[in-house]
Amino acid sequence: MSEPVLEIRDLHVDYGFGDDPTHVLRGVDLTLHRGEVLGLAGESGCGKSTLAYAATRLLPPPGLITGGEVWLTDRDGRRSDVLGLTDAQLRAARWRDVAIVFQGAMSSLNPVFRIGRQLTDGIRAHRPGLSPRDLEARAAELLEMVGISADRLRAYPHQLSGGMRQRVMIAMALALEPQVLLMDEPTTALDVVMQRQILEQIMELRDRLGFSVVLITHDVSLLVEVADRIAIMYAGEIVEEATAQEVYRRPRHPYSSGLLGSFPPLHGPRRELSGIPGAPPDLQRLGAGCPFAPRCPHAMDVCRQVRPVLGPPSTGEDRRVACHLHDADLVGAGASSGLPPELAR
Amino acid sequence: MATSTTAIEVAAPTGPDDVAQGVARPGRRPRLLFLRNSKALVGIVILVFFGILAVVGPWIAPYDPDQVSTALLQPPSGAHWLGTDHTGRDILSQIIVGTRGVLVVGLVAGLGATALGVIVGVTAGFVGGLGDEGLSALSNVFLVIPQLPLIIIIAAQLPSAGGITVALVIGVTGWAWGARVLRAQTLSLRKRDFVEAARATGERTWRIVLAEVLPNLTAIIAAGFVGTVTFAVLSQVTLAFIGITPVSEWNWGTILFWAQNNLALQRGAWWWFVPAGLCIALLGMALTLINFGIDELVNPRLRSTGMHARTLRRRGIRPRVGFTPVVRPTGPGVRDVGRPALHHAPHTEEER
Repeated sequence: MSEPVLEIRDLHVDYGFGDDPTHVLRGVDLTLHRGEVLGLAGESGCGKSTLAYAATRLLPPPGLITGGEVWLTDRDGRRSDVLGLTDAQLRAARWRDVAIVFQGAMSSLNPVFRIGRQLTDGIRAHRPGLSPRDLEARAAELLEMVGISADRLRAYPHQLSGGMRQRVMIAMALALEPQVLLMDEPTTALDVVMQRQILEQIMELRDRLGFSVVLITHDVSLLVEVADRIAIMYAGEIVEEATAQEVYRRPRHPYSSGLLGSFPPLHGPRRELSGIPGAPPDLQRLGAGCPFAPRCPHAMDVCRQVRPVLGPPSTGEDRRVACHLHDADLVGAGASSGLPPELAR
Repeated sequence: MATSTTAIEVAAPTGPDDVAQGVARPGRRPRLLFLRNSKALVGIVILVFFGILAVVGPWIAPYDPDQVSTALLQPPSGAHWLGTDHTGRDILSQIIVGTRGVLVVGLVAGLGATALGVIVGVTAGFVGGLGDEGLSALSNVFLVIPQLPLIIIIAAQLPSAGGITVALVIGVTGWAWGARVLRAQTLSLRKRDFVEAARATGERTWRIVLAEVLPNLTAIIAAGFVGTVTFAVLSQVTLAFIGITPVSEWNWGTILFWAQNNLALQRGAWWWFVPAGLCIALLGMALTLINFGIDELVNPRLRSTGMHARTLRRRGIRPRVGFTPVVRPTGPGVRDVGRPALHHAPHTEEER
């Protein structure tokens, strides 16, 4: 595998500055390699977006990063800890090294300025030397890149459709050729046809420009198609991380298995939808054990007392899972009655 | 469908626990929230102090404020804590007795102006059309009326223009600003889905206004009320100071009137005007602090940053949008990595 561009190490995030904060991220480890598409999936409120915003230090108050490191490698190969940058360094690194496409393209564009002006705004801030002509040429190039004709530069946001506006946002994010593109549910507000078009476009641009993508979405079926690797989050932790095919064909964590069982497969034979019983846990009152234990069909006694750590499963595959079912010691000692069939494929 | 039944069954064991704790907490918090805000608390304490003074003032005042004595223009002493004026009247007693006049005028004017503002503003915003045009025109007219000259003219026409008259005039002329704000807010509320839903279910208009719209305006109304009270107090003190209202009726402005007319400043009699001025400033500050408190209660963004200001300073957190504070434990202390200039410096002076 190629070199890492974004390494998140043991990231902890709290909401609330007071004495009783909610721990929304509890020791997240994640590595994004060059040119890779990493999918981040999980239920609402599991911390997917928080992870993306914390990694770029964009969390609004009362968000607070209480521990960990976020190492970002820039184009010249220099590694720096995003959490330790000064304000000026952070401003410079954003957009140039890491860019974000936000959820609501509709409200991210300012309705009173033309698209061209908004596209060039960021470029002008980062590269003050560029002439207006260069800026316009670059803006036109960016628009063409996302499949919008360059004469739309003089359009106002309301003159574009939702899909076009989302493309403009993507073009804007790519304006400075960032190494890492974080996409927070970039296609949630669009219909499925437009979703597919846009994602295919991003994948094509990724192949051409060589950036890495963190794609956050609820839509696991979409991830399975476009992502190289998938990380499944639950209650502020990553519970499973493996290649997309591995996650899809052989989920190791009961939660991943439940997540995959709750939507119809796009290809292959039809199967029965199952869903995950229960509701996500209250992050303010998490017990000592595995946060998924109360909803887990295979929960054992140990699950309610000891929190499993993210690591390679007992089968020795090159993937990570946080589940006692795959704990080599427990399995070896015969504490569990073997793996449930859907996790042992 | 099988999924949903299992969901309920599995959720059931944790259910009651969740509900009990989940409900208890939000139920307890909002009530204490306003008092947990230190600004609002300070404001309320000062206001309550003056309120008590206004109620019991005439009984606890050490002297009759009109009682002339031979101790002319005495500085503060054991007998007269805040000294005496040019005819030997006790200034502390004047301030204590005068509190009632100030607060009554503020309260009456504030209530009157707020009531008028709510009626005109919400009606204008909710009915729309011609009614809105008419009421808006009315409030625009009242907005440009210069209040103080109007009050002076009215007060001069009336034979006995006491505190209540002044309060009523302030109330009648001072509602327009609040009405305007409320109208704008009502206009935006009227279009919201929950109001549309209420209308669609056939609720009467007055019920929609009272049950759906007004609760959303509470904070604006409260802030407007506090602002009007401040304005009324200052107006009344001003009127008393320039001698428009009867000088025999004690309030803090009357004291300043006597002090000004008898050259207190030139004679160096600071005890004559400083305490009254301080009282006015304190009351104004209390009302402003309460207003801040209301603001923070309404706007959670202000609240989360304002409420724990001391905690934030101690932990070195500077909450800003776009630059999430980082507090990572490194050894014994904590540091804010957002300010790397201090990275390698010892943090003792930072944490003081």
